[in-house]
Amino acid sequence: MNAFVQCLLLPSRGLTVHRGAATIAGCDGQKRGADVKRKVVAVGLLAGAAAALSGCISVKAPDKPIVIELNINIKQEVVYRLAGDASQTIDKNKDIF
Amino acid sequence: MARNAAFSAPVAFALAAAVALPLVAAPVAALAQRDPAYASARAAGQVGEKMDGYLGYVTPPSPALKSVVDDINLKRRAVYSEKAQAQKATVEEYAFTSGCLLIAQTQPGEMYQAPNGTWTKRTSAPPQRDSRCL
Repeated sequence: MNAFVQCLLLPSRGLTVHRGAATIAGCDGQKRGADVKRKVVAVGLLAGAAAALSGCISVKAPDKPIVIELNINIKQEVVYRLAGDASQTIDKNKDIF
Repeated sequence: MARNAAFSAPVAFALAAAVALPLVAAPVAALAQRDPAYASARAAGQVGEKMDGYLGYVTPPSPALKSVVDDINLKRRAVYSEKAQAQKATVEEYAFTSGCLLIAQTQPGEMYQAPNGTWTKRTSAPPQRDSRCL
């Protein structure tokens, strides 16, 4: 069935379509190399059709420069590192905290 | 026996000193408490803990209160600066970390600065803190 569908999926090659449409055996009877080649062409055509239907995917560079906010992560890491010491400092200086 | 007695005298003195020392240190520790003007202003919600690790005025302060609180903030900055240097961090980083802890330690009724910058009264629920706080 798979091979049959693949044979039918070659609209640009009239002869192949006829041969494939005639019998499944005709399609299955092809040499393996030719079958693989046809498969590749079919997949290529399918992909092309899909691309044509869905339109092109365009990637545009943003107008504004890309700014990666590292400030938040650095701060959190620092807070994590300093918390223990800061806690002791607060406990030892109760008059100003 | 006589030698033992001679030795026991300094030992007894040392023991007495060890017992007496906390008694002497206790009043010193009691002195390291909040200034009464600061304590009452804090309890009344006139001053609050800011996110940056310093005290802020919720309402315009009297000159007397302002001098007390400004002095505390200067002392805080000196402590932050010294400790930050030891930890190879910036004063702002150390102060911010302390602010996280100080806001967490506020008592219900006291004021603190929420992440959106507004003064918020501490309830029994955990305070709203910056996402960077632990």
